[in-house]
This record gives sequence, structure tokens and C-alpha cells, in this order.
Amino acid sequence: MASITFEGNSYRCEEGQSVLDVLLAHGVAAPHSCRSGSCQSCMMRVETGELPESSQAGIKETLRVQGYFLPCICRPGDDLTIVRPDTDTMRLEATVSHVTALSDHVVCVGLSSQTPISYRPGQFINLFKDDATARSYSLASVPDMDGELRLHVRRFANGQVSTWIHEALRPGDRVQLSPPAGDCFYLPGQAEQPLLLIGTGTGLAPLYGIARDALAQGHRGPIHLYHGSREPAGLYLVERLQELAQQYANFRYFPCLSGSEVPDGFLPGRALDLALSHAPELSGWRIYLCGNPDMVKLARKRVFLAGASMREIHSDAFTHQAA
Amino acid sequence: MSKNLFEQIGGEPAVNVAVDIFYRKVLSDDRISHFFDDVDMERQAAKQKAFLTMALGGPNKYSGADMRRGHAHLVARGLNDSHFDAVMENLAATLQELNVPPALIAQAAAICEGTRNDVLGK
Repeated sequence: MASITFEGNSYRCEEGQSVLDVLLAHGVAAPHSCRSGSCQSCMMRVETGELPESSQAGIKETLRVQGYFLPCICRPGDDLTIVRPDTDTMRLEATVSHVTALSDHVVCVGLSSQTPISYRPGQFINLFKDDATARSYSLASVPDMDGELRLHVRRFANGQVSTWIHEALRPGDRVQLSPPAGDCFYLPGQAEQPLLLIGTGTGLAPLYGIARDALAQGHRGPIHLYHGSREPAGLYLVERLQELAQQYANFRYFPCLSGSEVPDGFLPGRALDLALSHAPELSGWRIYLCGNPDMVKLARKRVFLAGASMREIHSDAFTHQAA
Repeated sequence: MSKNLFEQIGGEPAVNVAVDIFYRKVLSDDRISHFFDDVDMERQAAKQKAFLTMALGGPNKYSGADMRRGHAHLVARGLNDSHFDAVMENLAATLQELNVPPALIAQAAAICEGTRNDVLGK
């Protein structure tokens, strides 16, 4: 049975328990969110002891060699002494420049920083409400175009962080965030390759960033963006995306509604079904999938079976659950 | 002895090509797809690659005990000889699609056959 030493206390780690489980069971205020090894908000550093290799999955090399790992997926075989991450490695500070409504339920949060934050559109950050509470949001902005970080935040009825963002966050507020991470972004190099982007809800955020980034980098192949929701109110940036489609001949935008109300200009059906009916054969395509976790999971399988190579399927690293 | 099976087939690059084809066949095969459905696809693809590398005689670190432990939860869900046979069929079909000579396919099948009892927990 491994033991975990943290801030002067030692805790027993029972069979099957993660390091995060152990810390939370003893009342330690450990930041966490996804609990599945993807959002990285629980990241800590090991000082002594051998980590299971899998507990460092997805962490960038420079942090990995320093012993950073993910407590939520770490089931240790060895005794560990662990510490909180160094604040300056793991936290950046930014100022809220604006909170702008995009629809009845979604706001765009603009964040600026004195020291430029380097990122690729489609990566994500964790936004901290306080030391122990963070949520992951994808970056909808493009560095050269927008000059600030932009997040799309949907309000969830019981979401601690989203309620705080919608109700309390004001321009000028200082906030803390984690450095951008994740590998769901556009890579130049195959400018003729067709790109298929499918998203639901605020899964549009990374796709909006990726599509504009690809266009700005001179992507010439088709870029097809499907944004799905049940109700018309769930779709946003509709006019902006229609303008983009007029501006670029290779960019097409399909707003999809799966509910019964489908006004003119919208497609009836689910985004995934519509995308696959338009492009049933996906070998050679690059695919980006973001939004509802069940949709993303199903879509990964269906686009793979439709011929997309596993290496060409990118998806949000985290889930957009009630937050 | 000259080149081994893994080298003759083309080593790791060949396996990378084979993984997509093989995994697509397995997921589309109603006899066995349910065993592969409820897992993370990336992780699953990594496992398929490890499997193909082993089947093709490449470097692998799996012992018989690993095979037993790794499949015990599937045996508990009813994994049996018919499913093992289905995987073997998909493997052969994948290699045929890649124009691997029949003699090499037979070698790969023999390597897999050697793991049957461990995989099925017999």
C-alpha cells in the first residue's frame, strides 16, 4: 500500500484510489476539475518516489522531466512525496478586458496580459475562480488577429465558475489562469487537405479559433464547419461565420438544429449526421471535434469508420460539462 | 537466419499503416465490436498497435501473465474462442489488404495462436 506525503502529512493510498482521491478524502484543498487526466488543473510535482508512467500522460516534456504529474489519474505503486506546482510555472495573471454577450447563455471573455501569453487557437486554459476551483476553457482567439485571449463561456445553472463569470466578472478584474495546453489546433504544412470541424454548444470556441487560424495561414483546401444545437438560441456567431464564408470561397459554415424549430438558413438535424451525409468518405481529411463529450466520443468512432486516419482526428482535450 | 518477420513486413512504419485498417475492421465487426466500444479510442489504438507489433514478431514486452491480466475483464464479459477467431480473421484480412505474402501471414497467425490460452484465461 503506497503512502502519499504532502505538506507534512502522510496518507495511505488504498488499492484503486488516485492521489487526488486521497488528498480530497483528507480535506486537502487540491484544485481539480475533469478528474480524468485531461484538464491538467490538478497538476502537482513529485519530489521523491517513482510515478506510474501513465500519470504524466499529455504533460509537456519540459514539465514532465521536472516530475510534474496528474494526481487524478495517478494510482501509485511506490511511496510518493509530492508538492504543489511552483506558482510561476503553473499560473499566469491576466486582466479582464471585456465580458460580451454572444447569446442569451454564452458570453465571450476577453483577457489581456502584460507579458504576452503564447498559444495556438484551439488550445485551452484553466481559469481559476479561487485557489481550488478552476474550469477549462478553449481559446477562440487568434494571436495576431485578436490581441487578447478570448473564451466562450456558457452559463450552467449550478456552475460555480460559469455563474461567477456571468455575474461577477468585470472589466479590469485580475484573474489567474494556467498556461495554454492541449493539442487540438491547426498545424500548417498540408494546405490542400480538406478540414472537417464539428462542434456543439461552446465547442464552437476552439473551432472558431482553428478555422480562422487555418484561413490566416493560407489554408487552401476546403474547411467545413458544422455547429450544432437543439434550439436556435444555442447557436451564436452565426452572422460572423456567414460573413467569413462569403469572404473565403473554401470556407463553408453549416448551422445545424436538431430540435423541431428550424428557421430558414439553418439545417435540420444533428451536426455530426449532417456532416457525414455531406462527406461520407473521409479518408485524407483532417477532423476536429469539440463540445458535448458524448457527441465527441461517437463522432471519433464514426469519422474513423468513414475512413479518417486516427492520427488526423483531433478533439477537445476536456469535456464541456456543467461548469 | 536472415530478416525476421517484423523486418520483412517493413517494421514500425508498416505497423502504423496496418493499425488504422485493422482497428477499423474490428470496430465494424459485429461479432467483437462491443468489446472495443466502451474505451478511449486513442488508448485502444495504442493497444492495437502493440498487438500488431507482437503478432508480426516485433519487439514487445508482454508476458503470458500480462495477457491473462489484461484480458481477464473481457473474459468475465464472455470473451471466448469465437471472438479470438474473429480477431485472427481481421488480422489476416488486414495483412492481405496490405499485400503481405501468405507465408508471412501464416507466421503472424502462428504467433497469435500461441497467445490464445493466455488471452482466454484457459
